[in-house]
Amino acid sequence: MEYIDRYRDPESIERLVAQIRAISRKQAKLMEVCGTHTVTIGRNGIREILPRHISLISGPGCPVCVTPVEAIDRAVALAQKQDVTIATFGDLIRVPGSETTLLRQRGEGADIRIVYSAYDALHLAQEDGGRQVVFLGIGFETTAPTVAAVIRRAKETGVRNFAVLSMHKVLPPALMALVESPQLGIDGFICPGHVTTIIGIEPYETIADDFHVPCVVAGFEPLDVLEAVGLLVRQIEMGEARVEIQYRRGVSPDGNPKARAVMEEVFEPCDSVWRGFGLLPKSGLRISDSYADFDATRKYEIAPVNPREPEGCICGDILRGLRQPPDCPLFQTTCRPDSPVGACMVSSEGTCAAYYKYYRR
Amino acid sequence: MCLGIPMQIRRIDGNVAEAALSGTTRPVYLDILGEEVRVGDYVIVHAGFAIHKIDEREAGETLDLFREAGILDLDSGTDHGVH
Repeated sequence: MEYIDRYRDPESIERLVAQIRAISRKQAKLMEVCGTHTVTIGRNGIREILPRHISLISGPGCPVCVTPVEAIDRAVALAQKQDVTIATFGDLIRVPGSETTLLRQRGEGADIRIVYSAYDALHLAQEDGGRQVVFLGIGFETTAPTVAAVIRRAKETGVRNFAVLSMHKVLPPALMALVESPQLGIDGFICPGHVTTIIGIEPYETIADDFHVPCVVAGFEPLDVLEAVGLLVRQIEMGEARVEIQYRRGVSPDGNPKARAVMEEVFEPCDSVWRGFGLLPKSGLRISDSYADFDATRKYEIAPVNPREPEGCICGDILRGLRQPPDCPLFQTTCRPDSPVGACMVSSEGTCAAYYKYYRR
Repeated sequence: MCLGIPMQIRRIDGNVAEAALSGTTRPVYLDILGEEVRVGDYVIVHAGFAIHKIDEREAGETLDLFREAGILDLDSGTDHGVH
């Protein structure tokens, strides 16, 4: 796809920055809420090339990072069961629980497989009927429909040795929690492209209309992110607050209704704990009663956990945009990508990992 | 985590397509894709699933807007199709 190269052209980036400079007068604190944006901004030095009075802060855009310790502890407890094979996306296995990680459990003999798609986990179950497979369902609205489709397929094909531990979360309640937090003062949201591919722009209308915070849905190339910044700055300068789509090649205004229908058939909203935010009403997805046979929390006895956060880690504040990684006493001393203490250092999309890679002093 | 990769559909067999990116092909599931796709179409792939059919016209129009705004070089060609 040659056109992608055009979105990375250094001269074009310079011209776009010059245009932003020409129109920008007001202070603007813009938050991105997607781990892929966090990486694009870091890798391309976008923070540094913008005028000083435009600040970019990272929010709760990395599903692994917002997954609380107790969820990891539950996954570990499942992995410790003798007859269970855990199938998971790779992002999750190094995230510290209270006592251990999935990776360490694997070293101690637990059967933990890294898969590329939820279908791979279902195929593991189909290939060996004697094996109990549990897939760790993690991710926002981009990922949840893919897992829902696989659960539905498991039911249609009568697979009985497959279940999902759903840790899925939906993004809008977290955005609402952020705009309702007066100390933060966000002037604009760079909204996540692929979450919006599924949910459409309707969930952002409240943020724009009721809280007067402009929202721009952005793609993932440097020019995409910069154009989104330009659109937000233009709105801020004009005193407007609207929802705009910069990433038109990847997003329809009404999202993907077919994906939402599968998600709503298999999952139902539930209250859910986010690292840094605590309990957010209706921000999680649990497996609905009609698919109860595939719900790992109902299929297996999981002992109650007593979660312990790592001492001194400020991931919670970082996820809410209240503090930045260099404010953390552990950052790049005891907490590094090769020995992460907090979740935001584990995932390559985590804010701390991005700062370590691109802004280390 | 919500990474989406643009890939081109090479073959379709029921709910599974074979899609290509830079010479490598892999199976891509079509279960949650709303739009009809044909061989040659581009889709955004996330976790093994096609989640969106890429609108080539929109991709081109965005670049046209960049061009009009003087952000893209006018002499950098007009071929912004998907290849």
